[in-house]
Amino acid sequence: MSYITATTLEDALTALTTGPASIIAGGTDWFPAQGDRHFDGTLVDISRLADLRGVTKTDSGWRIGAATTWTDIIKADLPPAFDGLKLAAREVGSIQIQNTGTIAGNLCNASPAADGVPPLLTLDASVQLTSRQGTREIALCDFLQGVRKTDRAADEILTAVHIPDLPDGSKGSFVKLGARKYLVISICMVAVVLQVKDGVVADIRIAIGAASPVAQRLTALETALRGLPAKGLTHAITDDLIHGLTPISDVRATADYRQAAATQVIRRAITLALKGDA
Amino acid sequence: MMDKSSATMATSFVLNGEIVQVDPTPGERLSHSLRERLDRKDVKIGCNAGDCGACTVLVDGAPVCACLMATQQATGRKVETLAGLVKADPDAQALMESFQHHQAAQCGICTPGMMVSAVALLRDVPQPSDAQVQDALGGVLCRCTGYRKIIDAVVGTHAADQLVQAPTELGHNARRFDGLAKVNGSERFGDDVAPAGALVARVIRSPYPSASFTLGDIAGWQANHPGVDTVLTAKDVPGLNAFGVIPGFIDQPVFAVNHIRFRGEAVACVVGDADAMAMLDLTSFPVKWTPQTTLSDIDDAIAPDAPLLFEDRKGNIMCGGFVQCGDADAALETADVTVEASYKTSFVEHGYIEPEAGFAEMVDGRLHVHACTQAPGMDRETLAAVMNMPMADIRIVPTAVGGGFGSKIDVSLQPFIALAAMKTGRPVRMTYTRNETMQSTTKRHPAQIKIKVGAKADGTLSGLRFDGDFNTGAYASWGPTVANRVPVHASGPYHITDYRARSRAVHTHCPPSGAFRGFGVPQSAIAQETAFDLLAEKLGIDALDFRLKNALADNVPTVCGQVFEQGVGIKACLEALRPAWEMAKAECAEFNATHSDFKRGVGIAGAWYGCGNTSLPNPSTIKAGVRPDGTVVLHQGAMDIGQGSNTVIPQIFAKALGVSIDGVTVLGADTDITPDAGKTSASRQTFVSGNASLKAGEALRRKILLQANVGPDATITLEDGKVTVTDTGQVQTLDLSRLEPNADGYVLMAQETYDPPIKPLDENGQGIPYAQFGYAAHLVVVEVDIALGLCKPLRFVAAHDVGRAINPLLVEGQVQGGIAQGLGMALMEEYIPGRTENLHDYLIPTIGDIPPIETLILEIADAHGPYGAKGLGEHVLIPTAPAIFNAIYHATGAKVTRAPATPTRLRAALQEAGHA
Repeated sequence: MSYITATTLEDALTALTTGPASIIAGGTDWFPAQGDRHFDGTLVDISRLADLRGVTKTDSGWRIGAATTWTDIIKADLPPAFDGLKLAAREVGSIQIQNTGTIAGNLCNASPAADGVPPLLTLDASVQLTSRQGTREIALCDFLQGVRKTDRAADEILTAVHIPDLPDGSKGSFVKLGARKYLVISICMVAVVLQVKDGVVADIRIAIGAASPVAQRLTALETALRGLPAKGLTHAITDDLIHGLTPISDVRATADYRQAAATQVIRRAITLALKGDA
Repeated sequence: MMDKSSATMATSFVLNGEIVQVDPTPGERLSHSLRERLDRKDVKIGCNAGDCGACTVLVDGAPVCACLMATQQATGRKVETLAGLVKADPDAQALMESFQHHQAAQCGICTPGMMVSAVALLRDVPQPSDAQVQDALGGVLCRCTGYRKIIDAVVGTHAADQLVQAPTELGHNARRFDGLAKVNGSERFGDDVAPAGALVARVIRSPYPSASFTLGDIAGWQANHPGVDTVLTAKDVPGLNAFGVIPGFIDQPVFAVNHIRFRGEAVACVVGDADAMAMLDLTSFPVKWTPQTTLSDIDDAIAPDAPLLFEDRKGNIMCGGFVQCGDADAALETADVTVEASYKTSFVEHGYIEPEAGFAEMVDGRLHVHACTQAPGMDRETLAAVMNMPMADIRIVPTAVGGGFGSKIDVSLQPFIALAAMKTGRPVRMTYTRNETMQSTTKRHPAQIKIKVGAKADGTLSGLRFDGDFNTGAYASWGPTVANRVPVHASGPYHITDYRARSRAVHTHCPPSGAFRGFGVPQSAIAQETAFDLLAEKLGIDALDFRLKNALADNVPTVCGQVFEQGVGIKACLEALRPAWEMAKAECAEFNATHSDFKRGVGIAGAWYGCGNTSLPNPSTIKAGVRPDGTVVLHQGAMDIGQGSNTVIPQIFAKALGVSIDGVTVLGADTDITPDAGKTSASRQTFVSGNASLKAGEALRRKILLQANVGPDATITLEDGKVTVTDTGQVQTLDLSRLEPNADGYVLMAQETYDPPIKPLDENGQGIPYAQFGYAAHLVVVEVDIALGLCKPLRFVAAHDVGRAINPLLVEGQVQGGIAQGLGMALMEEYIPGRTENLHDYLIPTIGDIPPIETLILEIADAHGPYGAKGLGEHVLIPTAPAIFNAIYHATGAKVTRAPATPTRLRAALQEAGHA
């Protein structure tokens, strides 16, 4: 039973090799999951690793450090393609949660309703996993494997999220559907990244969360919308183009409701992304 | 690096400007370290999950939930809490003034979280807008205020130095007399008062809703768990192993024996030192469960072959209620139009942010219990029976109460800590977890209601028939009260000559349903008030006109045959809404003409509510005296749970005595020093305890004037420890030194009791159930998102006849808080046993969900009320849900018959109404 405040990434990785341990950064998912039970394991705190925090431009895109908080992301100077991610950041719990909760925590917690996932999917994000053996890069959609299930090995730390450069003029949006204004778990949510050239949709990526065990891109819909005029685009969004949703019924909504609401929320997210373009 | 393991490492940080050092366990929550190791009790804990924000502190200037941060993470950082901020931070100091001025704190449990969050905002944005305040405070839940006063207070902070304090006398917006402690972090709630070193008790609860069980080798288990002092089971109860609130229905065991009837029922209690208890895995406790058939709802329970929860309660029917006048069937037969409808409502959780908490200790052979409660007198009676002790040997010292709304009338942890203190001889504390409070304490009854109502073509009501089944859960609690109250109120405040209302309380394997603001009337009002709109529509009569045509008035009998010669204020409430009603109808029509995806509608609903117990004695006693040193003391035992009795009762007393409250010392509540002022429930404190306070004030005034030998119009002044009497220009200071103090230490004393005049109801529910009713009507404008089934209330106008507003701002606070709860009940709140036992699956409104609320205070004086005042606490939420449903119908034609109208349900209702 110990609490290890890692001062180097090496320290943290070594700590993971000595036995079962939980990694903690913001703690905003770890503490609720722990509840009122006594904890007698090892906690490895990576929140003080300066290299893991912050948003930086790279040669080919952007790097968001694992321990970057949602507030950091809201405040970061990022192109309009990240607007969806920023809107999602504002929906993560509350300001209190955003001030400590981190992007990697949101991904590793692997909730079907994680607000950060749909926008990152639309940004074609990949994650960097580091262990004593080295680092590997994996697409976010492959990293997330199911409800509370990821590809992270016990001795690995998710160290960074990488986002490739986006087509010029891309704009992002995010719409969350919940039963109250703040502090709400999504019924479903949709992120969009859209590039309009000469009034035509040149590129579009759409992802939906809380409508399947893992949030997903809607590739059939994207294909159908690509090349269409931006004006009147939402009319082209029809139920038959929205494949692969497996919504569940729970205390927040029924599966049928979620399925029907998905179409609406997609339309609204695209409308939001189109603002000024159509 | 491994030596960084902090199992034995101290952590130090800067707390409110001072360097502090603590030794937390690995991963200990910062909130725990602050409260238990550093004694910063101004940091409140409501959920331990980041769902409520009560524990918000600033870390390096940023608001965070202290319950979601490891203390080790604070190392070297700057941590600020409310108590520290108000000492040094100018924003916090201005906020403190503004909060008091706007009465933004009611119970005060969320106030530290609200104010700390607001300080962070104000440092960035000195003059924020409403929307900025909502965004900044969205992470903190409040269950009392309805948030609008909090928004006003934060928005107005920059001008706090210009605030003019209202006079303290009756009729003015005096600041809460107990308000300062709520805004400077010094208020002490149930979990804030235990002495250092107190033992900790935790309850072993059933994980099943219906099961038999056997306890295993408890002694062996205890031997394997060092630090566990004792384990309590049914065998340790020296008196009655049962508690309840109504004679004849004392049926809930302190500890279940052999079988349990709901998930969360207690079977044992483990007591030990705090560290050992924190490490204990309660699932290792030796108990073997055998699950049995579960009756989950009313339909299960009334099925012919359903097993019985209690052998002597046939068909699982605990009791029923009945009121009849005229001939409802015949009147419905001859009605020109009728409406028939069925409704279903859900369990509603009280959702106070303070979980049950307190401690008990033995003092000189007497039992002292310090805990949050709405009913100290009843706690004492219950404990006397359970402990087999004389009442005189039990002292109940209520702490501040972080919200109650009815659930804290019943005992919760009191028997456990009392038994543990007696058995161990040491102080024993206990705090329910959020999960525990939500699974084991009482709820609002789910209802299944059938109603049929008719009218003549001219709009006169012609017959109303009401049948309501109420899921009363596993034990009685206040179920009989709900069964009695509903038929009396199900007519609404209208004149109905032919009426029949039946209610039944049905047992299920659910948590006990009990008292929750309105005792079943909010459920029945949904049925009656929405059916009225359908009837008005069929008649082609305006919904407001229809209500006015049928509204009760002076000298018109109620369905119980009760005739009030005065004080019936429903017509005044409805008329007060007319300007807003006409304007809103026009606005909605204009909006809807140009919008198809969103539709707006306006709805109204009326309400009435009888103040005090239904046809039962309901006394309150208030005492006051003058000490030899000239101090005037008021013994105020009416529990303030945030509603304001610590302000209202003294305001009434001061008026009756004829002095300024500034010269009066107020004591209580404490069963050793305050006479029983009854429970804080049934909207009775302003009315009943207010009358006792008025009588005590008048009696003391008479004694003082007699002492001075002056006439009744003389003026009494309390100043500098002197009681001065002025009569026709003659000034005299009473010479108290020549008077002999009585046993209570008073040279002059008055103790007065008031009990409302009521009469029993006969077999048809005819009689005098209440000495007074209060009246209300709400109007709401909503916007409905057709495709997604979302309903967004845009504004409320609430008209309330309070007889006399003792403190108008407190009235507004009650109204806004009640509307927030009514809105939650209408749109989002649905407690599902075993499923929504936390504050992220069970949703209550946030600061972004409550629109502006305009309160219209009407003062139709009541002959029985103190200075004409009527009760208010429950009236405030009764019309809210039906008004919202009527507005949805007006906007869209969708009929909501199931509460809450979640997006799924509302969308289905919209489709049924023909929306694609």
